[in-house]
Amino acid sequence: MTTHTVSRRDFVVVLTSAGGGLLLGCRIGEGSGAATSAAAAAAPPPAFAPNAFIRIGTDGRVTLVMNQVEMGQGAYTSMPMLMAEELEVGLDQVQLEHAPPNDKLYANPLFGDQETGGSSSVRAFYEPLRRAGATARTMLVAAAAQTWDVDPTSCRAKRGVVTHTPSGRTLSYGALAEKAGKLPVPEKVALKDPKDFALIGTPAKRLDAPDKVNGKAQYGIDVRLPGMKIATVAASPVLGGKVAALDEAKAMAIPGVRQVVNLGDVVAVVADHMWAAKQGLAALAIRWDDGPNSTVSTADVVQGLDAASQQPGVVARTQGHVAEALAGAARKIDAVYQVPFLAHATLEPMNCTVHVRKDGCEVWTGSQTLSRAQATAARVTGLPLEKVVVHNHFLGGGFGRRLEYDWVTQAVRIGQKVEGPVKVVWTREEDMQHEYYRPYYYDRMAAGVDARGKPVAWSHRLVGPAILARYLPPAFRNGIDPDGVDGAVQLLYDIPAIQVEFVRHEEPVLNTTFWRGVGPTHNVFVIESFIDELAAAAKADPVEYRRALLGKAPRARAVLDLAAKAAGWGRPLPAGRGRGVALLFSGWGSYLAEVAEVEVSKAGELRVHRIVVAVDCGTVINPDTVKAQIEGGVNFGVSGALWGEITLKNGRVEQSNFNNYRVLRMNEAPTIEVHLVRNLEAPGGIGEPGTSITAPALANAIFAATGKRLRRLPVMDQLRSA
Amino acid sequence: MATLNINGRDVTVDVPADMPVLWVLRDVVGLTGTKFGCGMALCGACTVHLDGQPIRSCVTPVAAAAGKKITTIEAIGETPAGKKVQQAWLDLEVVQCGYCQSGQIMSASALVAKNAHPSDADIDGAMSGNICRCGTYPRIRAAIKQAAKGA
Repeated sequence: MTTHTVSRRDFVVVLTSAGGGLLLGCRIGEGSGAATSAAAAAAPPPAFAPNAFIRIGTDGRVTLVMNQVEMGQGAYTSMPMLMAEELEVGLDQVQLEHAPPNDKLYANPLFGDQETGGSSSVRAFYEPLRRAGATARTMLVAAAAQTWDVDPTSCRAKRGVVTHTPSGRTLSYGALAEKAGKLPVPEKVALKDPKDFALIGTPAKRLDAPDKVNGKAQYGIDVRLPGMKIATVAASPVLGGKVAALDEAKAMAIPGVRQVVNLGDVVAVVADHMWAAKQGLAALAIRWDDGPNSTVSTADVVQGLDAASQQPGVVARTQGHVAEALAGAARKIDAVYQVPFLAHATLEPMNCTVHVRKDGCEVWTGSQTLSRAQATAARVTGLPLEKVVVHNHFLGGGFGRRLEYDWVTQAVRIGQKVEGPVKVVWTREEDMQHEYYRPYYYDRMAAGVDARGKPVAWSHRLVGPAILARYLPPAFRNGIDPDGVDGAVQLLYDIPAIQVEFVRHEEPVLNTTFWRGVGPTHNVFVIESFIDELAAAAKADPVEYRRALLGKAPRARAVLDLAAKAAGWGRPLPAGRGRGVALLFSGWGSYLAEVAEVEVSKAGELRVHRIVVAVDCGTVINPDTVKAQIEGGVNFGVSGALWGEITLKNGRVEQSNFNNYRVLRMNEAPTIEVHLVRNLEAPGGIGEPGTSITAPALANAIFAATGKRLRRLPVMDQLRSA
Repeated sequence: MATLNINGRDVTVDVPADMPVLWVLRDVVGLTGTKFGCGMALCGACTVHLDGQPIRSCVTPVAAAAGKKITTIEAIGETPAGKKVQQAWLDLEVVQCGYCQSGQIMSASALVAKNAHPSDADIDGAMSGNICRCGTYPRIRAAIKQAAKGA
């Protein structure tokens, strides 16, 4: 067999951008390199490294370390923009490097560990990364001033050069690096006044784009190491099941198959290439003992949720007296809303390459949570943390799936049984059926309205698991999952009596986790559909009805007005078409309003024509990224709302690939318009809101078009059966 | 043993005749720009050109590719249409996670190479087999139109 192997002991991936050179250094160590950290291996000690994010060599090379991972959301452009703004370098002058796992250096201050999720990168690092840049620049300027024996205030830095303004003398950052490296790190530095920003707020080109159009970008699945084997796996199709029998000899008979690893709950076939591994896995003809979950179906899950919803929950927000207000209202309106389990279906299936040795372990993957990936490898192997090296990569989609690390744990367990490096790659079917899913949520709503239809009482009881109780226990306080209730407790409508209750109900038949839009993916659907029901009951215009309740929320009212105007709200539509509106405010701190325009044919076929979104996310770092994230978020939301549904039968997930877990395609994608409100308020999150706001806008548009109120997602064939 | 012409170079590989081109490219030859997404020709991430025609390499056995010219994302920029498509992708900032974009660009390049004025329906026809989970469809559509204009 002819194989082209990586012959160099290290390799560096070079990215070139239109504006100049950008280098993404990632070093893939082999042989004895297990215990060296990725960061330390990447370059000789830099002359100037004032903090964990910035390194400047005597050659003037500026390296920025990316603690927030790149999964499409543009962090590898917005994070450099924050630093470069204050460091006074151009984006064409920097190189990027993936950070190694290190909670002490790189923790996300919103979570306390090294996580990229929750639309938090800019919110969390807006100030710290500008400070990192300003600190470095202050020291470089001080070094120049010392050299010239002048007052630092008479010097200014720009594009990596310090100039003494009165004399016109200049020194480059490279020339100053050594001297700056010997200066004390100042404790306080002044940050720019936002009105002086030259980079922040301008549409910068994505730094990761050039290598993503020519096949050079390296994802976890692209790792190639000398002697590396490739494995594919089958885990029990029912959570908690075990292998009952398999035919190892049949698998070993497939040319290219090297080894079968049976760990009881999962079986791996290790081979020379994926084709042999896949065939070997099929040849095993594994028989499973399904265990205690073998009879569970979706209906059982819903029954459990419904039963739980009959009991009061923990009060997450209360104002006024809801019970009294409901009792005294002119009319009471009730509804139950449901949203299904959802897969993330990242286009890059779960994969992880590991090399486990007695004295160390190396891991190559794409993770949203590097320190957890490192910790799980240490736990499995019994090695100390510092003996586990994790190399991160670009992520072929995250959406919350890669905040988990189950596939890393699994790969390390397999790697313990394999001599040399092994890349474990899940098939699409394995991925679809062994996810950590967006939970099934079940919400009971009740409102009291006065004689004119205005709400006087609002009761929202939501039932679902507490993901944070498992994932980030310190955040789970007083029985409330702040993520589960996110978007529900911030309800902006001016209603005298409001109560939001959280009923914790775990369903151990499937693993669940965050999904793009987390809590608000269901809460905003529920709230914005229900307020639409109240508007309809009052025979009021949905925009006007909301508007009248937003007297205390001017930013929300402004985006609502902007979206309505841009969408031509109120203009007549042909028969069969309808417009729906939704509003969003949550822990992300961004205000969004969306108007969806849909068409429903007589046969019940739905077509989403146009989506208009108005966004006020406060300070904008890269306006083009904000627009791109809204566009992408909306389309992710359309997929989920129209077709997204994971169902269970006999404990097994019924969906397996994109033929039966349908996602949006080009011919179905709507026109999307994004309108930004620009101001200097604190930056809000932007990766997820577009997803969360889309389902209710669509459901409300369907109501406008057909009169049919959908209280359960996905829309799927609910219109057809009507 | 099969001899394949990949990006203008003959490569001899000792693999089973039914092995899909995708795994030959990725796991044997070492060209990882072509991506694995579904294994069933449902997502288009594995799209390459076979004598200029876009095909799903995850279901195309190596025997079917023998004697034909395989072009992958690594070399599509050397074709006039591919170069324009890549440039339009950069100009309009199409990519997000980027994982599907090799396949998108291969499908788009084949379209632009044969159609200088692709309509929305032409784009739907050529591109609906390529899934983008990041939802970059509006920009893909605009970039194809821009690339075609420059063709």
